[in-house]
Amino acid sequence: MTLNAAITGVGMSDIGRKTNRPAMAHLAEAARRALECAGLTRDDIDGISTYPGKADNSPGMSPLGTGEVRNALGLKTRWHSAVPDGPSQMAPIQVAAMAVATGQARHVLCFRALTESSSQTATQRASIPGAGRARLGGWYSYLVPANAMSASNWAGWMAQRYFHEYGMTREHLGLVATGQRVFAQANPSAVMRTPLTMDDYLGARMISSPLGLFDCDVPIDGACVVIVSAADAAKDCAKAPLTIEAMGAALGSQETWDQRPDLTTMGAHDSAADMWARTDLEPADVDVLGLYDGFSIFVPFWLEAMGFCGHGEAKDFIAEGNIGPGGRFPVNTGGGQLSGGRLHGFGLLHEVCTQLWGQAGGRQVEGAKVGACGMGGGFIAGSMLLRRD
Amino acid sequence: MRPLPELTPENTAFWTGGAEGKLMIAFCSDCSHAIHPPQLVCPKCWSEKVESRAVPGTGTVYTYTVNHQPWAPGMAVPFALAVVDLDGAPGARVTAEVVNADPESVTIGQKMKVGFLNLDDVWFPQWEPAQ
Ligand SMILES: [Zn+2]
Repeated sequence: MTLNAAITGVGMSDIGRKTNRPAMAHLAEAARRALECAGLTRDDIDGISTYPGKADNSPGMSPLGTGEVRNALGLKTRWHSAVPDGPSQMAPIQVAAMAVATGQARHVLCFRALTESSSQTATQRASIPGAGRARLGGWYSYLVPANAMSASNWAGWMAQRYFHEYGMTREHLGLVATGQRVFAQANPSAVMRTPLTMDDYLGARMISSPLGLFDCDVPIDGACVVIVSAADAAKDCAKAPLTIEAMGAALGSQETWDQRPDLTTMGAHDSAADMWARTDLEPADVDVLGLYDGFSIFVPFWLEAMGFCGHGEAKDFIAEGNIGPGGRFPVNTGGGQLSGGRLHGFGLLHEVCTQLWGQAGGRQVEGAKVGACGMGGGFIAGSMLLRRD
Repeated sequence: MRPLPELTPENTAFWTGGAEGKLMIAFCSDCSHAIHPPQLVCPKCWSEKVESRAVPGTGTVYTYTVNHQPWAPGMAVPFALAVVDLDGAPGARVTAEVVNADPESVTIGQKMKVGFLNLDDVWFPQWEPAQ
């Protein structure tokens, strides 16, 4: 099975912490690089897609909407989408794939831009939902007033329950964090490139037990663009199209972080099952993985959700060296969000594509042909399988 | 300052039951499903006969975390945040701010009981170990 859609170009701005560079400057740089990668010009772009759309109430989390990007880059787009709900941070790419497959657009510029690092001050954190509002509504009104303000608290709950049921320890999560740092050291665009030892990891301050500082991704300023093209249009691009073999989107439980009956699983499990149901490929066919690591604990959850190991087996799977440098199923080979910086999943997909095009330099996975990407944590999730023919 | 929830027809009983010392949970009158967060329509059978009623105010820790990071100015840390399976409301859980206990003493399976903190027109459920 194959969707009539492919990824034809990716581009990332020079990301960093406290760059004090406007979001639009990051976005324009990422877009220029993505067009160059695809061998397209801005006149070829006829669709634009983003997540979650402009969000004025969370400084730096989503500073750009589709309209102002269209204006700023002089795009003549005919199709637009900004998706706050849906299959996670992957939603704009999945929606774009459906748009090109149905002829609504030929080449869609999908973007994510953040100035989260520059916007973060001592009294203001972009990642706290509802910050600055008089009264809270929606699912987080049951969490935030109880001082369960941060996603690190919600992920901490899942990690604690998982530790309890399956005997995972901080050392296992430390292998995720230190392994991704080794990858980051071979990636010039990663923000954290100094060596990270297990002692550094274990000695770092606790954020929300059992998650410590190095279990949390790094807020950054930057932008990433992914170009999704119709299958026939993709043939004319500069690179071999990365065909979207299958994708999955699911939300099998309530839309909140504390009600899923089994908190040792996530929406990821529903989403990945949905994806595998739409392809003849199997986990054993996958060469390189990009798995959402807003927190380190999401990596074992995603590994199990995608069937790379059984439920409860991720700690051994990780300890056996499967996901690190040289492993059979290398995960987040650019350093992920823990070391590379938080581009809300777009960076992970960027890296998978770079690998499939054989352009990952010193961290290249030899002969990578099939890539799996999973974005989201908690109840949100989107999954995608890419194939280079 | 702690952010306050907006009071709505479906959630007012939950946020104000503490005025009478009661933990109020929404139930479907037709199929008995416990609904949390509360809603006006039963997600299981779509009945609109949803009523809130008092549950015992006790429960069991399903999971927890100890928060060490001050997310807002003046936030005193560390503190424990539990997710509590409610007695008398099968399948329903609440996010539980743990008080009157050493945060590091909270464990999965521990029995808890509710109390309330009044701020403005809201009575926040807070939880402490049941003796
Ligand atoms: Zn019902």
